[in-house]
Amino acid sequence: MSSALRVFGLWLLAMAAGAAVVWNSHFSADMSFFLPSKPSAEQKVLVGQLKDGTVSRLLMVAIEGGDAAARAKVSRALRSQLAGQPGFVSVQNGEIEGLGAERDFLVRYRYQLSPAVTPERFTVEGLRAAVGNAIDTLASPVGMLFKPYLTRDPTGELLAVLDQLNPGDQPETRAGVWASRDGERAMLLLQTRALGSDTDGQEAAIAQVKDTFARVAGEAGASGLTLSLSGPGQFAVKSRATIKAEVSRLFLLSSLGIIVVLLAVYRSGRLLALSLLPMASGALAGVVVVSLVHGTVFGITVGFGSALIGEAVDYAIYFFVQSGRQGLKSWREVFWPTIRLGVLTSALGFGALLFSGFPGLAQLGLYALSGVVTAALVTRFVLPTLAGEHVRVPVPGRFVNGLFAALGRAHRLRLPVALLALAACVFLFVERDGLWDSNLSALSTVNQVDAANDGRLRSDLGAPDARYMVTVTAPDQESALQAAERAGEQLDRLVADGRIGGYDSPARFLPSVQRQTARLASLPSASELQTRVSQALSDSPLSAGKLGGFIEDVEAARRGGVLQRKDLDGTDLALAVDSLLSQGPDGWNAMLPLRPSSEAQDGELPVEQVRAALAGSGAVFVDMKSEFDTLYQGYLSEAVSLSLAGFVAIVGLLAFSLRSARRLARVLLTLVLTVAIVIAGLHLIGERLHLLHLVGMLLIVAVGSNYALFFDRAAAGEPLDAEILLSMVVAALTTVIGFGALALSSVPVLNAVGVTVGPGALLAILLSAVLVYPARAR
Amino acid sequence: MIKRWFFGVALLGLTGLAHAAYDVQQLMAELAQNKGGRVRFVEKRFVALLDKPLLASGEMSYTPPDRLEKHTLLPKPETMVLDGGRLILERDKRRMTINLASRPEALAFVDSIRSTLSGNRRSLEQNYALQLSGDSRQWVLVLVPSEQGIAALLQRITVSGTQSQVRKIEYLQTDGDRSELTIEPIEAQ
Repeated sequence: MSSALRVFGLWLLAMAAGAAVVWNSHFSADMSFFLPSKPSAEQKVLVGQLKDGTVSRLLMVAIEGGDAAARAKVSRALRSQLAGQPGFVSVQNGEIEGLGAERDFLVRYRYQLSPAVTPERFTVEGLRAAVGNAIDTLASPVGMLFKPYLTRDPTGELLAVLDQLNPGDQPETRAGVWASRDGERAMLLLQTRALGSDTDGQEAAIAQVKDTFARVAGEAGASGLTLSLSGPGQFAVKSRATIKAEVSRLFLLSSLGIIVVLLAVYRSGRLLALSLLPMASGALAGVVVVSLVHGTVFGITVGFGSALIGEAVDYAIYFFVQSGRQGLKSWREVFWPTIRLGVLTSALGFGALLFSGFPGLAQLGLYALSGVVTAALVTRFVLPTLAGEHVRVPVPGRFVNGLFAALGRAHRLRLPVALLALAACVFLFVERDGLWDSNLSALSTVNQVDAANDGRLRSDLGAPDARYMVTVTAPDQESALQAAERAGEQLDRLVADGRIGGYDSPARFLPSVQRQTARLASLPSASELQTRVSQALSDSPLSAGKLGGFIEDVEAARRGGVLQRKDLDGTDLALAVDSLLSQGPDGWNAMLPLRPSSEAQDGELPVEQVRAALAGSGAVFVDMKSEFDTLYQGYLSEAVSLSLAGFVAIVGLLAFSLRSARRLARVLLTLVLTVAIVIAGLHLIGERLHLLHLVGMLLIVAVGSNYALFFDRAAAGEPLDAEILLSMVVAALTTVIGFGALALSSVPVLNAVGVTVGPGALLAILLSAVLVYPARAR
Repeated sequence: MIKRWFFGVALLGLTGLAHAAYDVQQLMAELAQNKGGRVRFVEKRFVALLDKPLLASGEMSYTPPDRLEKHTLLPKPETMVLDGGRLILERDKRRMTINLASRPEALAFVDSIRSTLSGNRRSLEQNYALQLSGDSRQWVLVLVPSEQGIAALLQRITVSGTQSQVRKIEYLQTDGDRSELTIEPIEAQ
């Protein structure tokens, strides 16, 4: 008894240590589950954008219901309330008054910013042409906006600066604020201060928008209005909430199911409690190991625990049911090797995932592997000591006799099963091209309704989806800006040819010092400029005498020197520059998002031409969508090789321990047919297969081999008694419950594993009974 | 003789009555008959800042009910297309699309012409108070902005014409600058 206490004490100590690790673990539910652990240069851009990029910080807001005036009123109130808040860097709703600071900045620094400022422009000839052009502009419909600046800016530098912006299509406007295409919703575009990867910060920002909306709508007496909100932050917050809720729900479901089954069999609270011991140890150990190895534990990984407990409880069941009659010593000799083989096949199945570059998959593998191994070790070394010698699980005679009768007749189903398997294989062969979903979004927790809503808000606002990017990296800020300017010159040519619609660049509002210095050096001194202006405007409708402000402003620009990043503070342009220019571990990085031309089909860019134009410039062109597709294809082909490797390892292990080609072939055939029938069934009910279904297939082989092995023992001539049969049926049942619970999950990663392995485990034991169990046993 | 004179007076009186009765409703009905087509225009802008007026000329075409194109040929080619709710400008090979509802000042210019051309009284009265003088052969319609955003930029628009044909549009801005757009139909060929 003292040894039992000692073992229990040790176990308790280990559990406490584990609990302490879990307590201090960092849990996350963000996109990084899916992002590559060793990204390429292009993927780094992708990862950076998704985690911290401008686009990841956009929140799109729509106000629906009521009439246009009420919506506009609430939109204005919402903007004025949120704009001053520290949580938001920018809040736009189309109100023109909202742009004062930007206009003043552009006017003030126009000579540093205008690409038209060259020495030629300030010669007599250049001035004559520029002023003539500005006067022509006055006669055009935009002239009215430009007229107030004419005497200070007669060469039209402000227009040259504004021309670069080319905002493309503006959103619709109703009652002075942005509206949806159909005019039925008022729209706002918010940029949070919190990074896209900061889910807590995003949650706080979203809550603030909702609270403020409720308050201002109440104050405006507009009770019929509703708020709808979307954006990457919203998705992150929502998916975290979903995963959180599901983890506890799935655990509860599968634990309850397993407890009910165990109680029905054991009819003993003590045995139940002891059975839960390896399972709890395994679940805890999984989290501990993942936390220690990866630093962060994904919520989805923990959700996978519900399947793990269904698998981990099996060993305790085998132990209690089988050791009852034969005693502990004989159990260790006779049954433990078979169970050990089962543990090893499971471990190989999960272990294959460890080598995945898909971090989520690697974590799932590590979690399940450590969980299963821990549960088996606890069963082997802790449980016997705690349980003592006299454990007796009553075998329900009638039930087991029924099972034996059924098992004895099972071989009669061989022909129908063969036909079914054949049909499944033919069906899969015929449908082979339509089986797979080649899109990474198949794994995303974002549901279709939310995705559609997001797409609608995005197109209403013309908000960027930042699909195409050019990026340059340099050791310091100045050289990054110079590189951005060089890439910009190449892009300008593509814009002029109509190949692309336009692009943004941090150098637009913060030109390199080199370029600004060159521009300022083009400006003549006040007296020289005075002389040239008088000459240039001798017979112009605009007389030189009215241009005193112009001479003053040029002189001020010359003396003012170059514009610095801090001069942008207080304007939305600061955000624009910061989001496009950032300091990373590899130096300074500048982003130039590209816009397709308005004639482009589906917003696509001529990728090859852009690449060719940028070749040799050191700039990297990234198409986010194709990066995503490549990323997913990479994961998928990697998962295929890993699954195959896992399968081969399992086959090797089975071959080694079975030492018989016939027995091996029989077990393998059963497992392969099980997989074929499950996949055919899933395709039949309209499930599009993705990466996690593939992993599920591997797990069917890993888990299902346990049952095949027990029946194989009988085929090899060893007796299959009531205890073994009972333990197998109960173990299979708990595994089906554990994985089956995952099938109820709305998280695609978990759901896919659940719908594959749940039915797969059940089918594996049934097919093993039909195909492996000998026709003339007993 | 007296009888004939009396008849003449009566006739005059009737025409006089007819004159008095020429109201916005009738003008609008007449304008709405306009099936559209091409016209030549000459635009003169008087800007206080400039010593000389600015001249521009070109062609305009109108397709009822809401498409108006203005092709300036001199001094510099420029195209302005007003189509539904969008204003598209093309100049120096650049193209700019302006959403009308978001620019009250652009709206003030273009919607006045379009609504007058299409005889859309309701649209005009949304933004302007209308004063009509003259008769069908020679009418003058003055539009005084009632909408604040427009009134901040524009004192009034004076449109004049004969029957269904608009001949001249004059804009007077709040800062005193003004422009005159003279229109001449291009004879059908």
